[in-house]
Amino acid sequence: MATAAATRTNWWNGGRSPFNVEYGKLMMWYFLMSDAFTFGAFLISYGTIRFSQNFWPNPNEVFNAFPGAGHANLPLAFVSLMTFILIMSSVTMVLAVHEGHHNNKKGVIKWLAWTIVGGFAFLACQAWEWTHLITGEHAVLSGNTIDVIGQTTRHNPWGPLVHNTASISAALQNTPHETLVQLAHGINHSTGHEQLEAMNQSQLLSIVNEGIAKGELHVREAGPVAFGGFFYGITGFHGFHVLSGVCINIVMLLMTMNGVFEKRGHYLMIEKAGLYWHFVDLVWVFVFLCFYLI
Amino acid sequence: MEQHTQSTEVTFHHEPGEGTKRIWKTFWILLFITVIELALGFTMYLVPDMAHFLVLFLKGVIVILSLAKAFYIVSIFMHLGDEIRNMIMTIVVPLMLFVWFIGAFLWDGNAWRTNRNRYDPAMEIKTTQGPVQKSDTSVHPLH
Repeated sequence: MATAAATRTNWWNGGRSPFNVEYGKLMMWYFLMSDAFTFGAFLISYGTIRFSQNFWPNPNEVFNAFPGAGHANLPLAFVSLMTFILIMSSVTMVLAVHEGHHNNKKGVIKWLAWTIVGGFAFLACQAWEWTHLITGEHAVLSGNTIDVIGQTTRHNPWGPLVHNTASISAALQNTPHETLVQLAHGINHSTGHEQLEAMNQSQLLSIVNEGIAKGELHVREAGPVAFGGFFYGITGFHGFHVLSGVCINIVMLLMTMNGVFEKRGHYLMIEKAGLYWHFVDLVWVFVFLCFYLI
Repeated sequence: MEQHTQSTEVTFHHEPGEGTKRIWKTFWILLFITVIELALGFTMYLVPDMAHFLVLFLKGVIVILSLAKAFYIVSIFMHLGDEIRNMIMTIVVPLMLFVWFIGAFLWDGNAWRTNRNRYDPAMEIKTTQGPVQKSDTSVHPLH
């Protein structure tokens, strides 16, 4: 790309942008740089804590659910869908900016609308992922009892597997009825909840012990607490950027439909919104890398 | 097109460009790289007792592929590749700090782990299922 016009241009003597770029666009770039350092710091701090631990949950065991697939073991499937949605929405955003360069109002509206749809779809997926993790029911050996917990910022149910069946049996004796019902329900989906509640301790214990013997129920120790804070914190921060990006894109869409940019003669604002949206996609590439892949 | 009405500080304008071919080509590249990353990640999951260095190598390859994706998104989707070279430098050069940032902090985290394994008995008891290997303590293991 040209670094100077045909005759020697005085780039740094004032009166023009030395980078030949509009002020707002340059400032958006520098804002994105600062945001890149913020996300980078978050992800690197996650890596630091992870490296400081002897044990860390295996992402393929934590993130193996897919909406509508029940209890099927599908590692990487749902997050692949989320990545595809976000990359697609980045493509539609570039296409919107491209239409803006050609001053094609209809084209801008079409592609911006699709970008907004993609953004909402991603947010819906992230909401499902969070809900599934928080409300998940996993057996954890804590002290001399078994707890059934989900993944929150204070509890992590994915510690090392407990192989000592004696300690599990002892803990099961101390486990309250309600928890045993939850454990049994997780193993045997055909028996209704009310039926299980009506059973006594020894009936429930036999269901649970059978489940453990068949490998349908895994009991783990409590995992590193930091996992939850980092996962929800970083994906939440990213999701917040997606949400604000969707809001900005909706405003851009309304402005386009009202002919604001048509009157101005250029669609530069769409380009700046586009930079923000691509940044959000870029951050997701690295969040997905750090939490799900490596 | 977007000439004089844009802003007074812009001296010359890019031509809007041929068509969307470059955009869709980049999409396919990104999709292809993502599929490779997922395949490698899945391989690490499926092979039960993979050698440690092989796992590290695959993770390294995946990281490099992600950096490639970042390059394509920033250069082509965000059009940074079309900007003036000096402006590109004001963005890219400070981001090189990340090389030090990542190396230093992961090294630090690892040092915490090996130091705690060496000096803190509770660490070994609470976080491992067996005795800690001597190689997993700080650089000069106790004899």
